[in-house]
Amino acid sequence: MTMAQSAVAEAPPPPVRRWTRQRIVGHALVGLWALAGLGLVYFLISGWNPPLFERWAPAYLSGLGVTLKLVLISSVVGALLSLPVAYARMSRNRFLSALAYGYVYFFRGTPLLAQTFLIYYGLGSFRPQLQAVGLWDFFREGFNCAVLAFSLNTAAYQAEILRGAIQSVPRGQWEAGAALGLHRLQILRKIILPQALIVALRPYGNEIILMIKASAIVALVTVLDLMGQTRLAFSRSFDYQTYIWAALIYLALVESLRHGVEWIERRITRHLIR
Amino acid sequence: MRITKRIALAISAIAFAASIGAAGAQEQVVRIGTEGAYPPFNNLTADGKLEGFDIDIANALCEEMKVKCEFVTQDWDGMIPALQAGKFDAIIASMSITDERKKKVDFTNKYYNTPPAIVAPKDTDIKGVTKEDLAGKTLGVATSTTHYNYSEKTYTDSEIKGYPSSQEFLLDLANGRLDAANDDISVIEEWLKTPDGQCCKIVGAVKPVPEIHGPGAGIAIRKGETELADKFNAAIDAIRKNGKYKQINDKYFTYDVYGGES
Amino acid sequence: MPSKWTLLSWGPEGWLDDIFQGVFITVSLAAATLPLGLAIGFFVALAKKSEEPSLKLAGDIYTTIFRGLPELLTLFLVYYGAQIGLQNVIRLFRPEASVEVNSFVSGMVALGVVFSSYASEVFLSAFRAIPRGQYEGGYSIGLSRGQTMRLVIMPQLIRVALPGLANLWLILLKDTALVSAIGLSDILRQSGIAARVTREAFLFFGVASLLYLVLAIISSVGIRAVERAVSQSEAR
Repeated sequence: MTMAQSAVAEAPPPPVRRWTRQRIVGHALVGLWALAGLGLVYFLISGWNPPLFERWAPAYLSGLGVTLKLVLISSVVGALLSLPVAYARMSRNRFLSALAYGYVYFFRGTPLLAQTFLIYYGLGSFRPQLQAVGLWDFFREGFNCAVLAFSLNTAAYQAEILRGAIQSVPRGQWEAGAALGLHRLQILRKIILPQALIVALRPYGNEIILMIKASAIVALVTVLDLMGQTRLAFSRSFDYQTYIWAALIYLALVESLRHGVEWIERRITRHLIR
Repeated sequence: MRITKRIALAISAIAFAASIGAAGAQEQVVRIGTEGAYPPFNNLTADGKLEGFDIDIANALCEEMKVKCEFVTQDWDGMIPALQAGKFDAIIASMSITDERKKKVDFTNKYYNTPPAIVAPKDTDIKGVTKEDLAGKTLGVATSTTHYNYSEKTYTDSEIKGYPSSQEFLLDLANGRLDAANDDISVIEEWLKTPDGQCCKIVGAVKPVPEIHGPGAGIAIRKGETELADKFNAAIDAIRKNGKYKQINDKYFTYDVYGGES
Repeated sequence: MPSKWTLLSWGPEGWLDDIFQGVFITVSLAAATLPLGLAIGFFVALAKKSEEPSLKLAGDIYTTIFRGLPELLTLFLVYYGAQIGLQNVIRLFRPEASVEVNSFVSGMVALGVVFSSYASEVFLSAFRAIPRGQYEGGYSIGLSRGQTMRLVIMPQLIRVALPGLANLWLILLKDTALVSAIGLSDILRQSGIAARVTREAFLFFGVASLLYLVLAIISSVGIRAVERAVSQSEAR
């Protein structure tokens, strides 16, 4: 890793630091990483294949677009769906909260891949019924099925994030709002949510990152996302580089998102630091 | 230092989990990679046994070569990498001999050659198998196959959907997600015999293009292992001559799948 | 057409026995991955909390990479890459040798590194929850560094880290489903084959989902028992 090298190089000359065991092990490990990084760079350069790159670069870009579209639509739909679920989950109505609990438990307790198969192949086998209600055109497309599976899945996670964040705000805040004569919804919107969302930001960011990573599985239901294009490229060229390219793109995507979330978090919690 | 010792222990444990063996001349086992999702050529039964034309041919070849066959099932997409990685020694899985694949592996001579075809629902309005006939239609094909390469090149006005194996797109064809599918004619014919296949019919056979489809299905082996290739070739000739091939052929097909002499 | 109950029966006609073999594979894969992931995760956490910047850097690179890559991609990288890499290394010493990294080991390693990169974060925050005074207390009664770690810190660490690790275990159980893509006959793959052959996709993928759910419920019961045991030992 070049980053590792520069970090080592830029460190100020150690005054009289002894070579403790920790330091030796640490340097050895960083050295190993640097070696692995150099090996990777060497592998990419030695096997560099311009026709292969030219052939697949546009495909990778379009795949990346599909991945981003899928994650974006699913997280927005999931966020909307999560509102009633979170509401029901916190409701005092036994039946409602049990229902929401069951929903959350199912979608968090089973693999997303199984859910996607269940919707794509499982519901796909009920074509006459779906056609009768006019939903077949929707379920016909692998992309739509993936969006549905991802939305339902993330709604369960987002509902829990929302619930946790709202419940993290002390009860006293509700009571203070009520004492001011505010309506419950007003309290929620003006007092609770602004505080809750600060707590929820990081989990939300993590959830989106998890979705980006999980989206790689839609390649298995005919969607040509980044992973789908990668599999296609690999199956045509049998060149291991194709996987490395995808790994680098995913890594860059996830890292920039993570730093973005951290940056936002630093900005919106500035008033809390003092 | 204690910590490093433990790490070393852990690493050696992993290394042991990966078995290390020497493949020497005394070895009499040839590991064969196959897919198990391509009836009637290779298929898994409900109790997990492999059956099909490829399997019978492989057993006959191994018998001829006086070696023991061991089958390894592997998903189609990872077939060639798994061969290169040494997970098995030969691929007998109806793999077409193509120039693209020859860059990575060696092939024996063909052991059968059947043409591809287009299959569609019985009430389809698709008249033929040309680019125009399929314009605007959704076509299902297994990725990493000659059929995918052909469809991608030929049916540029159609929407091509790539599936991990034939079984998935045949399922989607029966479900009505696809307007048509492209695969080997024997595979389609076999499927048409099943209850699900009742939905559909063969629209027509596709004339094979030598640059894409190649001379037929061969046995793939790692590059440079010519000795094994020669053995396989001799065995293919032998079973062609001694009637074993015809016997297996007739068990599955009503016609000769070997095709013309090449 | 056989009835759904025949399809779900035990034996050559039905698929239940095949699917239960899948359950066995899924559970043993998860169980084999857990100690590996915990051990690596613990050492990575130690590195990341170290005052030595190079150790910290090495740990950070590790978590950045394996938390950033899609699990499916990590799996493919290990499955194809590790095999080719190991093969080349071993050929340096013994040209005729061949290594086989089977899909179970690949799955274990890939899921293990992913698990460990998350587990290291759990351990790290658990370490931070333990006051310095606990270490000092240990040293002051004459315990060595190792003893302090084992006798004083670890028991507290486990208690603090338990909920986070329990969560990771549930995630691990679900992630094992990905190994079906490299040909390991786990729950999802076996059900997928059954769905393909019988054309009862909804039934079999539904059964697969329910089985994962049952595993999750059993795990939750187990986790609760462990948590109770740990908190009781704390109370005494």
